[in-house]
Amino acid sequence: MDLFEKLEILTDAAKYDVACTSSGVDRPGAPGALGSAVKAGICHSFAADGRCISLLKVLMSNDCAYDCTYCVNRRSQECRRTSFTPEELCTLTMQFYRRNYIEGLFLSSAVVRNPDYTCELMLQALRMLRERERFWGYVHVKAIPGASPRLTQQLGMLADRMSVNIELPSQKSLSLLAPQKSKEKILTPMRQIRDGIAENAKDIVKYKAAPRFVPAGQSTQMIIGATPEPDRQVLMLAEGLYKKFSLKRVFFSAYMPVVSDRALPARDTPPPLLREHRLYQADWLLRFYGFQAGEILDDAHPDFDPLLDPKCSWAVRHMEHFPVEVNRAPYEMLLRVPGIGVKSARRIRSARRQATLDFDGLKKLGVVLKRARYFITCKGKSISPLPMDDPAVIAGAIRERGFAQMGKGGQSWQGRELPALEQLSLFAPSREDGVKRLTGQI
Amino acid sequence: MAAGPAYIYRYDGSYPGFLCCVAECFRDKRLPQGVQLLDEPQATLFPIKEVETRPGLAQRVERSLPERISPLAHSMVRRGFLTCMEEKELRLLRFILLGYKHGAKVTNMSTHDDVHALDAALLYLKNEAHYHVEFLRFAECGGFLASTITPNNLVLPLIAPHFCERLNTEDFVIYEKTHQMGFVHQAGGRREFFQAQGWDPPKPTEAEERFRALWKKFYDTVAVEGRVNPKLRRGNMPMRYWVNMTEFQGRL
Repeated sequence: MDLFEKLEILTDAAKYDVACTSSGVDRPGAPGALGSAVKAGICHSFAADGRCISLLKVLMSNDCAYDCTYCVNRRSQECRRTSFTPEELCTLTMQFYRRNYIEGLFLSSAVVRNPDYTCELMLQALRMLRERERFWGYVHVKAIPGASPRLTQQLGMLADRMSVNIELPSQKSLSLLAPQKSKEKILTPMRQIRDGIAENAKDIVKYKAAPRFVPAGQSTQMIIGATPEPDRQVLMLAEGLYKKFSLKRVFFSAYMPVVSDRALPARDTPPPLLREHRLYQADWLLRFYGFQAGEILDDAHPDFDPLLDPKCSWAVRHMEHFPVEVNRAPYEMLLRVPGIGVKSARRIRSARRQATLDFDGLKKLGVVLKRARYFITCKGKSISPLPMDDPAVIAGAIRERGFAQMGKGGQSWQGRELPALEQLSLFAPSREDGVKRLTGQI
Repeated sequence: MAAGPAYIYRYDGSYPGFLCCVAECFRDKRLPQGVQLLDEPQATLFPIKEVETRPGLAQRVERSLPERISPLAHSMVRRGFLTCMEEKELRLLRFILLGYKHGAKVTNMSTHDDVHALDAALLYLKNEAHYHVEFLRFAECGGFLASTITPNNLVLPLIAPHFCERLNTEDFVIYEKTHQMGFVHQAGGRREFFQAQGWDPPKPTEAEERFRALWKKFYDTVAVEGRVNPKLRRGNMPMRYWVNMTEFQGRL
């Protein structure tokens, strides 16, 4: 099989993995070595789906020994099977990198024979890349659950970021769809990487030239919409992962029905893209806005509102905190106002030290008042055009207008197609008109 | 400022030349009507003054910027000279005079017309430079890497250090078509800018064609069909930059 076909097959098999960023580590170039890394990451292209292409995202092999129901590479699926040789992988990475196509390599793999053997294969390729070719760019590598800790440790010394996919949001779903994986098997390498990073941090304090273990931290991803967990459970899990495993990122991937199985949604189910979007919004609230998962979704509201983003729905449910006075409210409270983000909140904080702010001043700072106006006052004055005593009225005013159009584009919510909103017309065709048209009367 | 004829300055287009215009304006005690390049056709009734570029004078003006205004203002002027802002020289000139008057405060006067225009132009410059770090593509043509770019701002001096550091083991040339200048880097040695009226890279080698095809294959395969979203792609990667990108060659 030639390199073209291999690249096609192994890219096709890897493309559903979303944890593909090149961020987290600043590494200046070294004389004699090709590459460098930038903390914020660099996107080098955007694919037709609008998502960033930053790394050469491929599998080492798609010849899997496992039979996970949701996966395109499962053993019982009939498809072309192939593997890269370490030599081929090195050539592709180095040649793409020097042409500025990519920021580095994202290496994942199906389980070939057993986890240890797979790890050995990946190690071989990465060693060749780092040691023989002296590649100094970014490398993201997947830890293989069930591999021996020694091999995971070695992979971590060669990579910038590691990730272990948690795959599905609960043990029950795992045992249903991925019988060969278990929560314990997945969490073990995660724990090992966390402890490795913590220990490495101590070593670096002691001597600067200590070899770095996973300097860009670890991440994970889970599939959304293949199993019936409510959003609240998914978000709680994400919060737990951030706290317990000090992850850099948790990625959510809307389930693409690529295989037919009784345990899975039907093939024609549209991917729950809006739900994925809401989860990312909530994820940002957790990481940058000081929210707790339990606040964003509570027992009374276990799922996201398709029409309101999580911050707005929290605010509408807690109108007792609003309106807040922009000139006095603590920074943490400013962050909770819908429409005010981290940048605006910081600008307000520094500007109000110089002068008292009014609405004109806010506009000059670049604060968008479209939604914020219902929740703030300046010098005690409000510019809300609506009475503030009924949260439902506010909710109606700030709901996402573009949503009607999205409904037509085959958006789905929790696996169901949302009905597209209809335009009312005086002359809308009635049922009888339809019949007349069929019989040729109109 | 004192009365007197309002001149149109004509200078050689270089940064020291511009600094001499600043000195000239200071001596005239009057803002010029406009600032033009020497090779622009003359189409004006205003009196014209050709400003000679004198390195010593330019250095004096250059030194005065961090001393009398602030280091930040100095860097803003230097970067501002790379932008494609309309009436760039006149705006920068007014910005510098404003700075001489108000001192370091000038960089925060973002509601002032000229300061605001300069801020916006600098943001555009910064963003465009970043787009080129992302989307610039090299092609191997017999022993060295070559790239052609067509930015609106003069981003080359801003992106060259990034590529020198990253590709320190490679020989490469970046040619900037818009401003007809280029940058040459040799592994572990020569780094310099050059002026050239058009430059065509040599024909790509066979290996180069192969890697282009491989990259196109990767680019096409990695998109998930169920989520195709042309609007999002255009938002993240403006179509202006597609012309020089390998993955769109022969497809636009």
